[in-house]
Amino acid sequence: MSEQTKDSVDEVIEVVDEDPLDRPEIEDDPEERRLEAQTDEGAQQLRPMDPRTRELVLTGGQWPEVEDIDDTMILNIGPQHPSTHGVLRIMMELDGEIVLRAKAIVGYLHTGMEKTGEELTYVQGSTNVTRMDYASPLSNELVFSMATERLLDVEVPERATWIRMLLVELNRIASHLLFQATNGLDLGAVSMIIYGWRERELTLRLLETITGLRMNNNFIRPGGVAADLPDGWRDDVLELCTAVERGVAEYDKLLSENPIWRERTVGVGLIDTQQALALNVTGPILRSTGFAWDLRKAQPYLAYDDVDFDVIYTQNGDVFDRYQIRLYEILESIKIVRQCVERMPPGDYRVQDRKITPPPRARIDESMEALIHHFKLFTEGFRVPPGETYVAIESPRGEIGCYLVSDGTAKPYRLHIRGPSFYNLQAMDAMVPGGMFADAVAVVSSIDPIMGEVDR
Amino acid sequence: MGLESVSHNFLTGRVEDLVNWARKSSVWPATFGLACCAIEMMGAGAAHYDLSRWGMEIFRASPRQADLMIVAGRVSQKMAPVLRQVYDQMVEPKWVISMGVCASTGGMFNNYAIVQGVDQVVPVDVYVPGCPPGPETLMHGILTLHEQIQNGEIFRRREATGAGAGIQVDQRDGAPSPV
Amino acid sequence: MLERFPGSIFADSHGQVVVYVDRAVWLDVATFLRDEEQFTQCVDVTAVDLIVASSRPGPVGVATERFEVVANFLSHPRNRRIRVITEVPAEDPTVASLTNLYPGLNFAEREVYDMFGVEFSDHPDLTRILMPDDWDGFPLRKDDAPARVPVTFKGDPGPR
Repeated sequence: MSEQTKDSVDEVIEVVDEDPLDRPEIEDDPEERRLEAQTDEGAQQLRPMDPRTRELVLTGGQWPEVEDIDDTMILNIGPQHPSTHGVLRIMMELDGEIVLRAKAIVGYLHTGMEKTGEELTYVQGSTNVTRMDYASPLSNELVFSMATERLLDVEVPERATWIRMLLVELNRIASHLLFQATNGLDLGAVSMIIYGWRERELTLRLLETITGLRMNNNFIRPGGVAADLPDGWRDDVLELCTAVERGVAEYDKLLSENPIWRERTVGVGLIDTQQALALNVTGPILRSTGFAWDLRKAQPYLAYDDVDFDVIYTQNGDVFDRYQIRLYEILESIKIVRQCVERMPPGDYRVQDRKITPPPRARIDESMEALIHHFKLFTEGFRVPPGETYVAIESPRGEIGCYLVSDGTAKPYRLHIRGPSFYNLQAMDAMVPGGMFADAVAVVSSIDPIMGEVDR
Repeated sequence: MGLESVSHNFLTGRVEDLVNWARKSSVWPATFGLACCAIEMMGAGAAHYDLSRWGMEIFRASPRQADLMIVAGRVSQKMAPVLRQVYDQMVEPKWVISMGVCASTGGMFNNYAIVQGVDQVVPVDVYVPGCPPGPETLMHGILTLHEQIQNGEIFRRREATGAGAGIQVDQRDGAPSPV
Repeated sequence: MLERFPGSIFADSHGQVVVYVDRAVWLDVATFLRDEEQFTQCVDVTAVDLIVASSRPGPVGVATERFEVVANFLSHPRNRRIRVITEVPAEDPTVASLTNLYPGLNFAEREVYDMFGVEFSDHPDLTRILMPDDWDGFPLRKDDAPARVPVTFKGDPGPR
């Protein structure tokens, strides 16, 4: 012990020179020690301690009593960790390998989008919201546009409605394919990321053909959609449907009956309907508990009451069920997409109201009025009558809501997005405790949180 | 140079070139996905675009094993210290690609929550534009980085500006090493 | 409901039922909605800062205060939604927490606290959720944190 530190710990540690138990001296025989080291058994034994050696006796109250020592461990995962889907941070209390408590810590991707949304006009607004849930950007645009339209009291043309439905369902396919890819990766089925991305890449390419961008499309805007569908879209969409169906059949064959996969997911991360409702859980996690609640059916928007599809739900509420729901929802989405292709009505793809939608490019060259409208729309935007509204739709992750307050100007007074992942993450506290630590990864993966939407 | 007496064909070269070639051929990125760009980064590593063509398919979870940090997405004020710590944990030589406008300049989110450019936190070697940049754009950025690693441009620039971790290894003859 | 909670003002906002209630009965209204009206989920809680509202979005007869706390309820059995709004004054930004009734509001109320500084009494863990713990101010208040900061360029002589 160095001289410096000795003074400071003297109060706590008392140095005892004499053996309080009065044990006999042990002679240190080098030959005996050598023999001991040679034999297998002897090498394992600890030599009895020489009682004359100094013993350190703890006397201060600074050290915890033995029964007070917590044998649990606090483990911190993230925010930079491969299985946290971005920048989620989880604090876990572990007893051995059993998780006692889990707490999600979010905010590492807080982007201040709600504040930025107050600064952008309604025309620019969809650029902002589309970056929230970046796995299903079109759902965000849709809910924002629907909220704006409700405040404006504008009826969207039928074709725009169907284009929106087509795109949102394509986006749902892409989002669930991403889930299949990352869920497989997280649970060790690494080939799933290759297969999942193979089909997702096709979907993204189709979205690029239609909207011009792979992600963050900014295509659904207040008043309709940005452009009409391109030539030959029917063939492309139908081709994609076939390819994705083939892919889904492959995943099903690869995973659903796979004993390793079932071992890893069945009965893991259980949650029941009561808990799910109490914890504000929506979407596939709620449906995995046997509660068939889908806003597309329950409170139809767009033209969902016109198309034929089923709500997928299961009874067990475990990780496997959530995987299966998302797998089969891809097939249901394909069903809707096929109906969209068949029944796409002709007409306008956006509202023919010059105060809301920009004039076609060609009109600007010939009409002064069109030029003025164009200029006004893109510099100032359109004014929205004062009011407030809440619109909710079913995104791939659950109920995404938009609470929009207007004060009569061209910018939202308050824009709030209810991100489904934000609430679904709370369910982790109910699903993880009691399970193994490795199952926590499966649970987080099955929640499928998109941190951009959690933190906004 | 006395090479006339050697009967076999052979090439001469500098060790520096060989080292740089080895470095550029197996740049291992750290998984530092933040936002939208992370999805496109995953896409670049997955089936269709396949970063393993440049020996880059192994996204290392541990910064200790990685030598490239692709800052994929917006960096919030809360994340910036974490980002810097991950960067500090990486071993030299290390490179940073700032992927997407949010990481490069803050992008459209010029508000209270976002760091206006990740170059305020870590030195950036290549900026990739786009929101989000497609895998092709990212690959272009990666190839640019490879080129700069190969021709030593990055090290010359770091020496001039004092960026990087500032590690200097002197050679035996007293001249400073190029690394 | 009107006789149960006198002073509540019903309104129709673009086809949606909105009710403005007094801050004192906030918890009672939620209890009533949950236990007697079958509103199984409170899907969202958020707030609005009305400090610079040029025109009042709500119906007449509501005494405007600085903050509005907004809760959206959803009833699965009845397939209906209702929105409950209460006014919270700036000098005492406190409202009862609904987390005992709807545990899923934990994050939402923390977010409102983080962003607006509205406190929820009896909340189990009222801490900042999105911003760093040592952050100063409440960003979504209209008089806090600018929504736009000037763009800085390399080589710009101004402070970075």
